[in-house]
Amino acid sequence: MSGVQSGNGAAAAESPFLRLLASGWIFVLLLGLVAIFAGLRPVQFASVYNLQQLAINAAIFLVLAVGQTYVIAAAGIDLSCGAVLVFSSVVSAQVMLALAGASGTTFGTTDAGWPVILIGTLVAIASGALWGVFNGALIAWAKIPALIVTLGSMGMALGFAQIASGGIDVRAMPEKLVDAVGAGAISGIPTLVVIAAVTAVLFGVILHLTGFGLHVFAVGSNAEAARRSGINIRRNLIAVYAISGALSGLAAVMANARFSTTTINGHTLDNMTAISAVVLGGTSLFGGAGSVFGTVIGVFIPIVLLNGFVILGIPPFWQTVAMGAVLILAVWIDQLKRRLRKSR
Amino acid sequence: MTEPLLIARGIRRSFGHVQALRGAHFRVMPAEIVALIGDNGAGKSTLVKILSGADRPDEGEVTLAGQRVRFGSPQEAQEAGIATVYQDLALAPDLPPAENLFLGREIKQPGLLGRLGFLDRKAMRAQAKEQFATLGVHLKSDRVAIDTLSGGQRQSVAIARAAMWAKKIVILDEPTAALGVVQTQRVLDLARRVRDHGISVVLISHNMPQVLEVADRIQVLRLGETVADLRASEASVDDLVRAMTSGRTEEAA
Repeated sequence: MSGVQSGNGAAAAESPFLRLLASGWIFVLLLGLVAIFAGLRPVQFASVYNLQQLAINAAIFLVLAVGQTYVIAAAGIDLSCGAVLVFSSVVSAQVMLALAGASGTTFGTTDAGWPVILIGTLVAIASGALWGVFNGALIAWAKIPALIVTLGSMGMALGFAQIASGGIDVRAMPEKLVDAVGAGAISGIPTLVVIAAVTAVLFGVILHLTGFGLHVFAVGSNAEAARRSGINIRRNLIAVYAISGALSGLAAVMANARFSTTTINGHTLDNMTAISAVVLGGTSLFGGAGSVFGTVIGVFIPIVLLNGFVILGIPPFWQTVAMGAVLILAVWIDQLKRRLRKSR
Repeated sequence: MTEPLLIARGIRRSFGHVQALRGAHFRVMPAEIVALIGDNGAGKSTLVKILSGADRPDEGEVTLAGQRVRFGSPQEAQEAGIATVYQDLALAPDLPPAENLFLGREIKQPGLLGRLGFLDRKAMRAQAKEQFATLGVHLKSDRVAIDTLSGGQRQSVAIARAAMWAKKIVILDEPTAALGVVQTQRVLDLARRVRDHGISVVLISHNMPQVLEVADRIQVLRLGETVADLRASEASVDDLVRAMTSGRTEEAA
């Protein structure tokens, strides 16, 4: 996945010290954490099973965070990703349930076939993308700040999900979805991890190697300059939020498959997790610079921390404390770096 | 005598009761640096906005290379060959110089990859390097973010970008207002080189000695009207100040 990081943004080519400060330090931090935990508890931490669990835990967050990378690179923010995940998972689950001919209170699994699962997946991705278009249109056309728009749509998406489900999780998923995607593996690698990796590589390539990706960075760096260069910044912004929404929809399918139920109350902090991962990964909150590769690292930091603390017997609540501190440190370093750049 | 490249005649523009331009004239000859000066409120910005497509006149006409033109947007003016470098630069500070030069006009990979939107960064960097070399712009690296460059270098990148896409006229709005002495000289040298490559430069400036030094011709606006059109070699700072303040080019008898 290292080929995904290319010459965009600040990390591209400054002095080695600044480059390390910019995004390298977080990679070093992750390697250090892994080395420490693996050194202290090689049997438990470095076991294939544990590493698989780490990757599975990271998979859903990674898909959300990749979308968030686009949004933050474009100098926006998407607080609605977790709520859109819930909305898409409920709608998708209900559609699959209806198509399987089972009633809404069915418990367990249904015997729906792949066509139904495919339709459910498309419904999830499309409904997520629609929320994204809704966000993007309000931000680009009505010029309402992204923070407010996505805070509003976060409430709306969660509210609609609760209205549609009566507040009760849809607990019947197609058995094939749960078996093949939620618990399955493709040549030894958990399917969820494969989906997340493919998503990260695909959207990393688009962000770093295509004209569209360059325009995302340009809009985030200086929207007025982008507009004067003839870039349709409204269309670009709507596409960026649509990508974030669609990936929330994809994450919804992954969550449904993994937990074999919708998880209406389980995603209130997903937006913060995704945003922290993106910022930890060196994508600037001010837009214009960042990388999907960095986001991959940023997703793994909290998960490795939590896992390591549990294995070492440190109360897991310390993970929350450590994460908060690391996040503040990450933003501070980003600002320090910007000041260093400017002062020359 | 050569024909003017651009002629603006009888340009009027009012904002409510304020008459920003009351029949101003302006002309640009091929491959010259023409300075546009005037006191605050003389109508310089309004005239520049009209020439660069950001505003439309109430009356008057603009001809470019003999053709009547009406720009509906800055993009239309750019397509016609007129680009403007504003004080706020309009570069993306986080992107490297080559990406900035090609922003909105990226070079794509040949074949299928290009149709999928994949960039040919190598070609963009090579062409950017060529453009910078042609105009004598020296950057310490072509891969650092614009933000890390000095003010003069940023301004140079912005001018090189304009000269790359505007084949006829580059308008520089106070290009040296925020720069130190050395950097100012570099930017003025760049303006000369742009002219030497056959692109006319319109220079808006407050700095009289600078205008006299670099411009071939100077046009003075006062209260929305063109009051003087002088050859720089025959004018002095006193002439310019007199024209700006009283509207006369000769000392009153």
